[in-house]
Amino acid sequence: MTVTPLARDYSLVGESARRAVESGLAAAEWYHTDIPRKQMKELMQRSDGPAIRDTAIWLGLLITFGAAGAALWGGWWCVPFFLCYGVLYGSATDSRWHECGHGTAFKTPWMNDAVYQIACFMIMRNPVTWRWSHTRHHTDTVIVGRDPEIAVMRPPDLLRVVLNFFGLLDAWHAMVDMVRNASGVIGADEKTFIPESEQPRAIRIARIWLAIYLVTIALAVYLGSWLPLMLVGLPRLYGAWHHVLTGLLQHGGLADNVTDHRLNSRTVLMNPVSRFIYWNMNYHVEHHMFPMVPYHALPRLHAMIRHDLPAPSPSLWAGYREMLPAFIRQLRNEDYFVKRELPPTARPYREEFHSETALAAE
Amino acid sequence: MSDWIEACAADDIDEEDVIRFDHAGRTFALYRSPEDEFFATDGLCTHEQIHLSQGLVMGDIIECPKHNGRFNYKTGAARGAPVCVNLRTYPVKVDAGKVFVQLG
Repeated sequence: MTVTPLARDYSLVGESARRAVESGLAAAEWYHTDIPRKQMKELMQRSDGPAIRDTAIWLGLLITFGAAGAALWGGWWCVPFFLCYGVLYGSATDSRWHECGHGTAFKTPWMNDAVYQIACFMIMRNPVTWRWSHTRHHTDTVIVGRDPEIAVMRPPDLLRVVLNFFGLLDAWHAMVDMVRNASGVIGADEKTFIPESEQPRAIRIARIWLAIYLVTIALAVYLGSWLPLMLVGLPRLYGAWHHVLTGLLQHGGLADNVTDHRLNSRTVLMNPVSRFIYWNMNYHVEHHMFPMVPYHALPRLHAMIRHDLPAPSPSLWAGYREMLPAFIRQLRNEDYFVKRELPPTARPYREEFHSETALAAE
Repeated sequence: MSDWIEACAADDIDEEDVIRFDHAGRTFALYRSPEDEFFATDGLCTHEQIHLSQGLVMGDIIECPKHNGRFNYKTGAARGAPVCVNLRTYPVKVDAGKVFVQLG
């Protein structure tokens, strides 16, 4: 059988989007590992304790490193402090935005909302737009034409990947989106996933943020110093590398257009510092399969269902050793993906939607 | 007014939990509150047709298992993004240890 998959169109209003809806890939029912209800309820239970502790550490370190960097500004000794500050500002906020957006980090809703707003500002993601884009990401994970959060499209644009380790393209696009939203315009792609009733809120927040950045720039000009921008805005660039390092592994090099998270998501075991910054999102198959489980319960969930999942990548390095060659092969054959072996105890992969791409990958 | 439909035994639902109930081609969610009261709503989230019976009950809130949208299951009120449309509720009574729902 000769398989000639059609070209991927990542626009949310393009041909792939239309095909995904027609074929039933959009808003499909996804595979789940069976977990007894009693255990699932225990895993889903909310608690303020872990997130209050982690947020206190995060904000405490952020303020400490930022203050030390500012105090030592002008000399080389400020560099290590700003490197740490940058990661806490430009990377740790990726996971804080994410977990608080799900409403699972804290038990108390206003705490989720407060950290969500702060993290969204730092990571430069409009809290309205990204709440809805992430909802779509969970409905249609790595479905081409439907998922607005596909980090590496096929064939991979490796220059874009490298530039984003320094936040360059992401921050640029975020700024363009902010200015566009602040001027009252919601883009065509954004309109596909943000309800009309929510769009004015996206515009209002963009205007507030624009005002904050303009004040920061004005202060920098007034002082004749980069320091205000080193504290607000630029950390999204010089501190982005860790969230890109970990985030690329979530789905990079794996299948698209499937309805089984074991095929399109990757769990990676990693060091405790990265897990603190990343808030356990290294358990990514588990998170996508059961998004109601808080970050602090994901290791328990992993232990409970690992018999049904591909073996996790044992380290960041191992994850990259799997993912990078897949990116290289996708430059020549964009239908290639890594299909990871399931343990004998697992139920087989769902085959309904990915038979064609699976063939193309062989 | 419709008849009362026997849905399940009261003991079938744990305290502060939810179960699924299908009847006449429709699906519903039945709840038992922490105060030991019983409630019924449509079974699917108004956002993306996900069964709420797999979700988490917290006090008077049911959270959808897919996108974490929240409803007050006692009133059906949507409680924030991504749910914008209220959930339909149905009268419930408990008689002789059985839960009955009045389906409109």
